[in-house]
Amino acid sequence: MTQLWDFSGGIHPAENKHISTTQPIKKAGVPPLLVLPLQQHIGEPAEPCVAIGERVLKGQKVADVTGGMGVPVHAPTSGTIESISLQPVPHPSGMSDWCITLRPDGQDEWITLSPIASYREQDRETVLDLIREAGISGMGGAGFPTNIKLRPPKDRKVNTLILNGAECEPYITADDMAMREKADEILAGLRIMAWILRPERCVIAVEDNKPEAIAALKKAADGTQTEIAVIPTKYPSGGEKQLIQILTGMEVPSGGIPADIGVMCQNVGTAIAVSAAIFRGEPLISRITTVTGQAVTNPGNFEVLIGTPIDYLLSRGGLDENALHRLVLGGPMMGYTLETPAVPVVKTTNCVIAATEKELPDPAPEQPCIRCGACAEACPMELLPQQLFWYSKAGELDKAEHLNLFDCIECGICSYVCPSSIPLVQYYRAAKGEIRVQQAEQLKADRARERFEARQARLEREQQEKEQRRKERAKAAAEAQARKQAEAEQAETPDGPAQPASERAAKAAQVQEALARKKAKAGQPETAPSKAPEEPASEPAPDIEALEKQLSQAIAKLNTMQSMLDDAKAENADNVDKLERAVTKNHDRVKRAEEALAEAQRTVNATEAQTTDS
Amino acid sequence: MALAQQSSPHARNARSTSQVMLWVILAALPGLLAQTLFFGWGNLINVVWCISVALAAEAVILKLRKRPVVFFLKDNTAAVTGLLLGLSLPQFAPWWVSAVAVIAAIVMAKQLYGGLGANPFNPAMVGYALVLISFPVAMTTNWAQPGLLWETAPGFGETLGMIASGQQTAVDAFTMATPLDEYKHKIASHTATEVLAHPTFGEGIARGWEWVNAAFLTGGLILIGLKIITWHIPVSMLAGLALMSLAFGSNADQYAPLSLHLLAGGTMLGAFFIATDPVSSASSHHGKLIYGACIGILIYLIRTWGAYPDAVAFSVLLMNFAVPFIDHYTPPRTYGHHKPRRGVPGKSQG
Repeated sequence: MTQLWDFSGGIHPAENKHISTTQPIKKAGVPPLLVLPLQQHIGEPAEPCVAIGERVLKGQKVADVTGGMGVPVHAPTSGTIESISLQPVPHPSGMSDWCITLRPDGQDEWITLSPIASYREQDRETVLDLIREAGISGMGGAGFPTNIKLRPPKDRKVNTLILNGAECEPYITADDMAMREKADEILAGLRIMAWILRPERCVIAVEDNKPEAIAALKKAADGTQTEIAVIPTKYPSGGEKQLIQILTGMEVPSGGIPADIGVMCQNVGTAIAVSAAIFRGEPLISRITTVTGQAVTNPGNFEVLIGTPIDYLLSRGGLDENALHRLVLGGPMMGYTLETPAVPVVKTTNCVIAATEKELPDPAPEQPCIRCGACAEACPMELLPQQLFWYSKAGELDKAEHLNLFDCIECGICSYVCPSSIPLVQYYRAAKGEIRVQQAEQLKADRARERFEARQARLEREQQEKEQRRKERAKAAAEAQARKQAEAEQAETPDGPAQPASERAAKAAQVQEALARKKAKAGQPETAPSKAPEEPASEPAPDIEALEKQLSQAIAKLNTMQSMLDDAKAENADNVDKLERAVTKNHDRVKRAEEALAEAQRTVNATEAQTTDS
Repeated sequence: MALAQQSSPHARNARSTSQVMLWVILAALPGLLAQTLFFGWGNLINVVWCISVALAAEAVILKLRKRPVVFFLKDNTAAVTGLLLGLSLPQFAPWWVSAVAVIAAIVMAKQLYGGLGANPFNPAMVGYALVLISFPVAMTTNWAQPGLLWETAPGFGETLGMIASGQQTAVDAFTMATPLDEYKHKIASHTATEVLAHPTFGEGIARGWEWVNAAFLTGGLILIGLKIITWHIPVSMLAGLALMSLAFGSNADQYAPLSLHLLAGGTMLGAFFIATDPVSSASSHHGKLIYGACIGILIYLIRTWGAYPDAVAFSVLLMNFAVPFIDHYTPPRTYGHHKPRRGVPGKSQG
């Protein structure tokens, strides 16, 4: 007898499983058209590797994932590729995605299969590759690629391998029927996975409301080391975290994976697919799906080709369209409603509930939370659903996150038990989505800030370098100037600076020189410019004539500028600012020139007066 | 074909808030029956009167608050508030005292705070404490003398007349001090044996009261059995009260004995029907244990050393104050975490 633990909370909803367990698994047959979504599980979408119009054989690969996480998609029967287009796919949002449409030719012609009789003689990597090539992804929940799951991180040793046959959600009986009818295949698949992982313990867990399945598994497991653990019926015992707690008493760390505590869970349906892939060489092209609900007259479990439209499957179940009120894909606790039955069965489709209005009535209007705590009592994750609800509703997302919002498994129990009919899970989903969006935006903002700061730093650095270069250039120029000056002084007046004349004397001398130049210039206008440099002058003396010339030039330039500016203004041209600045600059220049001239004239007048006085 | 679009879960539990409240009312009926049998028609008349006033007050204030009247009246919570007041007020409390208590409970304590689910204090106890402080004479002198309905208790018409007359004090012959009141005020100058000779105690522990408390205990156990309340608050409250009594009040010549604490006064009604009001009580299991135990301790403290003979209302209200604080520090440990995440975001780890 396997030792069992209990998990916190949980509920016992009406099971409604008997609806679909009265008949053995039936074949759904080949529909007129198969729609194969390129993305059927988490990870990367597959890329088509067939052309439109091409004939494919049953089991032929039609799409594969080239890079990243994912598994290939295979043709469920032989036929012609009709299109590769956007089609509605099973998704809570009712979105469309890329799908390959296959028109069966009715011949159901297989590709050449290469089964492996003795996998133990193979390399483990080879077997894992075969599992990948068979397109197997988890068939119970999110559909994680099985080959990747079977390769836990190097530092994690899987001690306990659990096959999840709990099937705790009401209505669903696909695993139940599979365990009843295919127990040997399940055991074979389990053995392959156990050979890959080498765990110390292999357990198949089944809820005690499935006595036939338990009997079949016990018979198949007789004489092997595999434990058949009969666990009490309580939703959500089939949740991975809860099942691990039931069987091992351990908890998967928050944010971690079961392999962190040496455990791995696989679905019983996945075990069947692995067995088929290895022993028969068949890829995953069909699965067992429950068709149930009170709006179908012939409910049961069907072995259905992947890509079969749900409406075809419902017609096989004898759908009463008038009675149909709500179409749920998955179970009544965690499944989602379909807008249209024109979506295909995918690798994770375990159940279709065609419910009447009486069966799954519309929820009553939401009433205020009375803090009764029924949600907290029933929460299998020991969260505080009512606090999470307030914070989610009020937008206080940091507080919701603090109270472990992201540990919520969205099992639906809190909404189920809420006497005020509050759709709690919906609030949590919305809050999680909001937080994810905020995190993405935060990341984006952080990156933008980093980019901006890096740019600022670069600009500053460049500015500093520029400044540095400018200073160096100025220094070099000053040195050169000084050198030149020194050379000039040495050459022309070797001892000039050594005997500084009195200020007044120097000024008088300058003025004298200027006067002399002026007179000379007046007398010999042509030669004056050539003479000027010859004048020994340590400081340039004010040259009235040159200044006058400069002034007139500046005035002319200013006038030109002014007229240009006027024109520009008249035309409303876009260089008005520039011109205005230029005019101001020239205006200043004229003013300076005028001042310089006035100063020079004053000096000259004063000097002349002085000269006359003395 | 328009298919219904709903977010999961698609299956729902059948029990609604109005059904929960209806169960509370039904579970209180044994207590009401015992009150009527042992103290006459007073409580029954009070219950009917209080529920009527409660529904009327709720309807008016909902209308003023522009809320859907029928939708909220159907949740039965106003009826429960009226019921609890009718069960706790003195049998001959004048009609207007009851009305003031009920209106204060519904209008002030409940609707002005935002209505159902938003009130920090237990509405019924706010109403009770208000009239207890405002009309001490009416609230202490109107307790019916224990007497079997078919023997010494005043008839229905007589009782109704006393309540309807609006007199602060009912006819003296029909009233008597409650056992807790009697014991508290006499024990200082008498021995326990002398005190217990008073007719209010009767042959057993407290005449009539013991049966009333036993009936509320039964109703409370039904609520626990139906999973409408959990055991945490009643058990911790009774344990807190009992431990205090054992620790401090073992001398019967000085303090009321434990049996009196448990089976006289409003102990069982308080433990199973009042302290367990979900809206104003602590939410986690740990929090409920602390909340209940503190109420039990406070009841003992006030009964023994305070000015009032009974203390359920004050103790519950005082602990209502502490609920956000308790909730803040008593979150459960979530699956996969080493310890609970206490306090506020960013200031703890878990």
